[in-house]
Amino acid sequence: MTELHSTSVGPPVAHHFEDFEQEHEANMLGMWAFLATEVLFFGAVFVAFYIYRSAYADIFKEASRHLYMSIGAINTVVLLTSSLTVALAVHAGEHKARRLMVGLMVATLVLGLAFLGFKAFEYYLDYQEHLVPAFNFAWEGANPAQTQLFFVFYFIMTLVHALHMIIGISVLARMIWQARRGSYDQDSTAVELFGLYWHFVDIVWIFLFPTLYLLRQ
Amino acid sequence: MTQQTSQPTSERTAHQAPALRTYYLIFLALMLLLALTVAVSFVDLGAFNELIALAIAAVKAVLVILFFMHVRYSSRLTWVFAAAGFVWLLIMVGWTFSDYLSRGWMR
Repeated sequence: MTELHSTSVGPPVAHHFEDFEQEHEANMLGMWAFLATEVLFFGAVFVAFYIYRSAYADIFKEASRHLYMSIGAINTVVLLTSSLTVALAVHAGEHKARRLMVGLMVATLVLGLAFLGFKAFEYYLDYQEHLVPAFNFAWEGANPAQTQLFFVFYFIMTLVHALHMIIGISVLARMIWQARRGSYDQDSTAVELFGLYWHFVDIVWIFLFPTLYLLRQ
Repeated sequence: MTQQTSQPTSERTAHQAPALRTYYLIFLALMLLLALTVAVSFVDLGAFNELIALAIAAVKAVLVILFFMHVRYSSRLTWVFAAAGFVWLLIMVGWTFSDYLSRGWMR
């Protein structure tokens, strides 16, 4: 642990920072630098998807119609709501409302789990319809190979997104436990950093939903 | 650096954040945009389906970044960091598709 020192304003900061404001900014920039790498990580998969989609437009549209758009839409509502609850949790943290912040963090956790639950149910339906590539894929219609490629993208993109959700939920569960003990009473920067990550995972879904579910016409 | 005056501890966070009302309004806007994008997906508009779906997604993402992620209220340096990933992504998208979409066998 780095040595802390007190400044005239705010909680103690690490010795290499002038004041809380500077430390806070450095924390935010660090998270944004990480998120920039995530933008490119997911961005590359989106670019690959749209290259194949422009090559096999009609086949990908037909495949897209076999996804459960209603479940995708419900999950979008769930995730957007969780983004609101996490934003409100950050707000509560900055206003030193510990109980409210913990409540909103729990709400975010529940919504995150609900998302994963809906997604798992959807995967189960996909499995029943023999749409899982390299596992039980069976396609009666034309162009099975290109159709399977669509579902390869669908599963890889949604699974990598779900992995980010699982990581986020795990971190959040630990943070709720810490928050209950008052660890963020003086300095809620950690909650704010978590919020940035959670919002980013939401943004990935904001693009995944239309990309996979809505481009059917 | 010397602090000129000692501020009350309740105002330790000089960095700004939106009012609660703003969060609710942004959430409402996100829900309306979601309803809009789902509605548009039922109408056949040709190539405009893709354009509209991605434009709405981009607007939603910008709303989340500016307000939920506080970039609207952050320093210029934060703007640069937040934009960096997307700028490089646009370069990847632009150069990749200027190649693929100009090939005769893609359409």
